[in-house]
Amino acid sequence: AFYHAKQYAPVYFMCAQIQMERMVISMQDPDMGIKLRNQRLLITVIPHAMTGADIVEWLIKKCSISDEEALHIGQIFVKYGYIYPLKEPRNLILKVDDSPYRFQMPYYWMSTRWPASELDYAIYLAKKNIRKQGELIEYEKECYNALHKRINHTWDFVVMQAREQLRASKQRRKADRIVLKCQEQAYWLVNRPPVSAELYKLITLTKNTLYLLKRTLTITLCEGLTRLCVCVCSYVKYCEQYQPHDPIMQGCLPSIPWITDDIMFWNMNFAVPTKLRVERWSFSFMELLNDPMGRKEFLTYLKKEFSAENLCFWQACEDVRHGETSKIPEKVDEVYKQFLTPGASRWVNIDSKTMEKTLEGLKRPHRFVLDDAQMHIYFLMKKDSYPRYLKSDLYKNLFARAIVPQETKKSVFPFMRRQRHSSPSPALATQAAEDDGKAKNSNSFKSNSGTASRR
Amino acid sequence: MPNTKYGLTKRFHFLNKYFQNGLSSLHQNTPRLREILCVLVEMAAQPSDTLATLKTESETLKTKLEEERAKLHDVELHQVAEKIEALGQFVMKTRRALKGHGNKVLCLDWCKDKRRIVSSSQDGKVIVWDAFTTNKEHAVTMPCTWVMACAYAPSGCAVACGGLDNKCSVYPLSLDKNENLAAKKKSVAMHTNYLSACCFTNSDMQILTSSGDGTCALWDVESGQMLQSFHGHAADVLCLDLAPSETGNTFVSGVGTDISRNVYLKTSLITCKQCRLYDLRADREVAIYSKESIIFGASSVDFSLSGRLLFGGYNDYTINVWDVLKGTRVSILFGHENRVSTLRVSPDGTAFCSGSWDHTLRIWA
Repeated sequence: AFYHAKQYAPVYFMCAQIQMERMVISMQDPDMGIKLRNQRLLITVIPHAMTGADIVEWLIKKCSISDEEALHIGQIFVKYGYIYPLKEPRNLILKVDDSPYRFQMPYYWMSTRWPASELDYAIYLAKKNIRKQGELIEYEKECYNALHKRINHTWDFVVMQAREQLRASKQRRKADRIVLKCQEQAYWLVNRPPVSAELYKLITLTKNTLYLLKRTLTITLCEGLTRLCVCVCSYVKYCEQYQPHDPIMQGCLPSIPWITDDIMFWNMNFAVPTKLRVERWSFSFMELLNDPMGRKEFLTYLKKEFSAENLCFWQACEDVRHGETSKIPEKVDEVYKQFLTPGASRWVNIDSKTMEKTLEGLKRPHRFVLDDAQMHIYFLMKKDSYPRYLKSDLYKNLFARAIVPQETKKSVFPFMRRQRHSSPSPALATQAAEDDGKAKNSNSFKSNSGTASRR
Repeated sequence: MPNTKYGLTKRFHFLNKYFQNGLSSLHQNTPRLREILCVLVEMAAQPSDTLATLKTESETLKTKLEEERAKLHDVELHQVAEKIEALGQFVMKTRRALKGHGNKVLCLDWCKDKRRIVSSSQDGKVIVWDAFTTNKEHAVTMPCTWVMACAYAPSGCAVACGGLDNKCSVYPLSLDKNENLAAKKKSVAMHTNYLSACCFTNSDMQILTSSGDGTCALWDVESGQMLQSFHGHAADVLCLDLAPSETGNTFVSGVGTDISRNVYLKTSLITCKQCRLYDLRADREVAIYSKESIIFGASSVDFSLSGRLLFGGYNDYTINVWDVLKGTRVSILFGHENRVSTLRVSPDGTAFCSGSWDHTLRIWA
């Protein structure tokens, strides 16, 4: 049932409240009220509790009404949070059996606390979240996120309060803790009732339909959509270009290690590269940079052109972006000293607008502070140095010297398997580095930046 | 405003403004929002009617979308592919079988050295193999079962894994036989629901995670801090993948679907029984890979190096190999004795590895 206590106009409601509270007080009268006992909840014993049957029985006697009417009235008390269930706390229903119930503290009564403040709700949700991950249900998560956005300026206070309250509650006895938790939960269930599942589904569907509506309008305006034929043709071109490099499609020389057990394919290429490898550098600038050998060759070329600082700068920026957070300030400072200070030994040529923005950002260095400058240098190299490198003698000579490996000779005894050699674990490299006292990642990172596919 | 004589579309526009603020705004006691509440209560009062109408409106909008796209007079993938040579016979066999897991294999990842693999399973074990020799090099027992995600660090010095514990932990790989790997474990990511996928972004220092709580997040490994979080999905995020780009800042995430590695800005999605290719620039589906004889759906896909072949691991225990351009099924591979749950092509494209509920991993080449 979809209900909301505050749907009623305040004036009429207040009268009802007074009536309800008067009754609740008499229910708790030590002589004439409901007999309170210890009730068992799983393994804990909760004091001062009563059963649903007790409540109904008392109402029948006190008001001289039928049991149907008594149930109806009793249900109202539960609905408005004056009485709360201990078992199945989310179900604010009165059951006429031995289900345990308790009276809510006057502190939490509607008259004293209504309207429930946002801050209190935020603290409550924060407590739940801290106490047990995943305890927030769907709609509570939404509320939590929305509150986080809305009262973000006091969020530190919220978390601090939540932690304090949790800490204080830990010092209580378990029975008291459970009671307090139930009271609080009951209060919030009344004041922030969950949206029914049906409604939630409806809202999600509405959102999706709206999204589709927006998309249709965008398509109709034809903004920023690439024609499919352009995409498809570029995709076909990519497949054709890379096909000779696809071992599953065309095999590879000397042989696929998994088939012949010969690991030559993985171990060659250290001194003289293969023709395929060198050719791949011409596919895109990213391919050249992703290959450590390609990068090294490119650096040699840039040195001849007296623009090697561009590549060094780009590499240093990558190191900042992908390295440890704690090292960012010192790394950024190094970069500034080497590349950006006017008169620096390896000064990079960035346009004034980008330089100004970067220098401003350096006052508060973060991981992405060098992004703009890095992009500028990247595209400079891509548009200028890279095409010239591909036309250069350096590249052409390397390609001429590059080898085409011999196909692995088939074993004389085809049924005998070659020995499968193990290789040194990458973790071993780190072990050695750690022993030397060097930083763990500076070594391994240099050969692994970018989406590398080492050969 | 909240009046049945106004069309649903108008009501949507009215409601949309307030949806921007999230559901919780409904609980503020202001007249405006009480109005909205009435609209929704009204709609909810005849739930079947309203939902049915909404569904019809959705369908109409989808059709309109397709019509608009058709107006672009575009060329389909298979039309362009007609001119391309067909692929010949395809023979791929199991070259290695990695046995050692005690329960369903849920996830796997290759190391950049092209021969090592990390795999995780339902029994809580994460194993690092040298797939070439089939030796187990490291084994970690996680404190939880159903380790649904695992990833190899780019340096090869650590692995990340997580699952029902809602966390993503990083274990540095030590070669000291006496050392307990679990001792050096670092808890990095913390979600409010299960971890469905994780991967390192470019270096050992950052991890991208996706979770059943509907969000993705970027974490700093060193400090365990969340650097960025990504909302927007309405349901459990099941998978994610990085896009190779010059800025290195893009990733794709999927809900209720699996996403393979990007090839040239395109991703492959799986829905029900069909694998679909979707182009992000054209913002539309490009091809569907399905066959009448394929009854069960796929759980995991990956492209070959050139992007010409698509490998799909299916719930009927087989692996189907598709010609991406022509849309035809090139080969079907048998071998697993239960569902194929995860599939990845090796970094140099020489082979691919499949993990299955039959407790094994197989290398195919």
